[in-house]
Order: sequence, then structure tokens, then C-alpha cells
Amino acid sequence: MRVGVVTFPGSLDDRDAARAVRAAGADPVPLWHGDDDLRGVDAVVLPGGFSYGDYLRCGAIARFAPVMEPLVRAAEGGLPVLGICNGFQVLCEAHLLPGALIRNDSRLFVCTDQRLRVERVDTPWTTGFTAGEEIVVPLKNGEGGYVADERTLDQLEDEGRVVVRYVGSNPNGSYRDIAGVSNARGNVVGLMPHPEHAIDDVFGPGAAGLRFFTSLVGAALEQAVSA
Amino acid sequence: MGRVVVDVMPKPEILDPQGKAVAAALARLGYGQFTGVRQGKRFELEVDGEVTDEHLAAARDAAATLLSNPVIEDVVRVAAEQVRAGR
Repeated sequence: MRVGVVTFPGSLDDRDAARAVRAAGADPVPLWHGDDDLRGVDAVVLPGGFSYGDYLRCGAIARFAPVMEPLVRAAEGGLPVLGICNGFQVLCEAHLLPGALIRNDSRLFVCTDQRLRVERVDTPWTTGFTAGEEIVVPLKNGEGGYVADERTLDQLEDEGRVVVRYVGSNPNGSYRDIAGVSNARGNVVGLMPHPEHAIDDVFGPGAAGLRFFTSLVGAALEQAVSA
Repeated sequence: MGRVVVDVMPKPEILDPQGKAVAAALARLGYGQFTGVRQGKRFELEVDGEVTDEHLAAARDAAATLLSNPVIEDVVRVAAEQVRAGR
């Protein structure tokens, strides 16, 4: 399985994302923001860091990068896409996910090992979890506050599209403790915390994050077997 | 040279952390009469010649697609501005 990892100028977790993809048993394929081709990958990760044009709003200009055109088309066709942190912001600006990310309510950059509850486990990125399971992965952001209007929030809750929620503390003022959401179909997932930094016991607070990536590989295998 | 000014403000119901920080600083500096601050953005779009209706329509379009995110912000003004000589 080939998983594209997009690098924008300012991306800084693209190597970690590629490492997580490899650890999960898939082949990472580097994609450049300026290319208008996805190189036939089976899934895409938009990694964390910063993106060109964050001066305006996080992800606002990056969403018009050439690579986003085939990405949006493919995502609408069902391609699994995971946006982490800045990648989440880019997906919201690209209207692949509802809502927006604003400056943390504390106005401080937050860096912490964050407890999360996984709530939606039928996306290609979360089948390896059990519903309600609590995990710890690193979180680091300055503009990680998830906001949307009440109607959108109610719709997300009703349709079970809140993928992960903050537990214990809300690090950035996200509405309804939302740490990650999916599109209606479930193939596009955005996460503010960083699972790619928690893929082993040596460099992170456990290996729970790896399961977002092994879920993808497992879901693909299952699909291949049933096809 | 003509200029179109686009003002974008955070929606009233969306938390504005920057505005809150400024409000707190104002109070610390003794400007206690201001009970709240919202911080927005001003864009100045320059064009050759006078600002036309087409320019304004394009600016409105740009304001809705790039300059603002309608999820969190309102475009509160798109208007031609008199450009002072010497600038």
C-alpha cells in the first residue's frame, strides 16, 4: 500500500508521518505541494507544521496549492485522507471538513501529552480502536481551537462524526472538546493531536498513535480480501 | 491608482482570543472604559485607474473565497477608497 505524505513549505512533521506509515507496514510516498499529481497513492496524509500562507489564516493559502486540486477530487471520490494539525487546518479551509481552527483560548502555544477518547471507529483511520477507548498522544499547537456554528456541531454529533475528543482537559478551547472530525463518508479525518509522534515507547508516550496508520493498512487488506 | 478596502471581522459568536488579549492589556494600561475588543483584518487591494463596479465585484468574490473564512469571519465592508496623493 502506498501512502502519500504532502510537504508544504513549513511542514515539519512530514518525516515523522512517513516514518509512521512505514512502521505500519505501508510505503510512504513523498508528495510536493507544488505538484498537481498524487502519483497513484492509495491514501494521503497531510502532516503538521506550518503551511505557506499561514499569514492569512492557517491553511488558507495552502488549500489552493496545486496538489490540493487532485487531492480534493480524490477525497470526494473516497480516497482515505488524514490531516494532522496543520493538515487538519488545510482540510477545513479546503471545505473537505466542516468548521475551522482558531487561536487557542489560552493564547499560548500548548505542548503536552494529551488524553483522548476515540469515538468513531468506522473510518479507515480508526478501525483499529474500540469505541470509547482512551489513548494518550502528543499535542502541540497555537491555533488548535476547533470551532463551528451550533447547527454544524449538532449535525456532527448526530451523525457520529466526532472522531476523537479531549478527555481530562481541553487544551485549546475547542468547542465540545472536539479533537478530530470526519467528513460524512468517513474517509477524510482531521486530527489536532499528533498520532505520528506516538508510534513506539521510545520516542513518545506509548504507541497508541500507530494504530491510526495500522487501521488504514488493515482496512485496505480487509477490502482486498473481500473483493 | 485606485484602492478597494476589504474589512473582515471574526463572527460575534466565535471566540476572539486576540481581541480578549488586547482588551486585557487596555484595562491594565488604564483604559478601563472599553468593555470589549474584537480584532479583525483590513485588506487594501490596489488597481490601475479608478475603481470600477467590476473591481468591486471581484473584490467581493475574493473576500468570500480567500480573504475570509465564512465559518469564523464576516466580510463587513468592501468599498472603494480615495487614495491620497503621494502614496
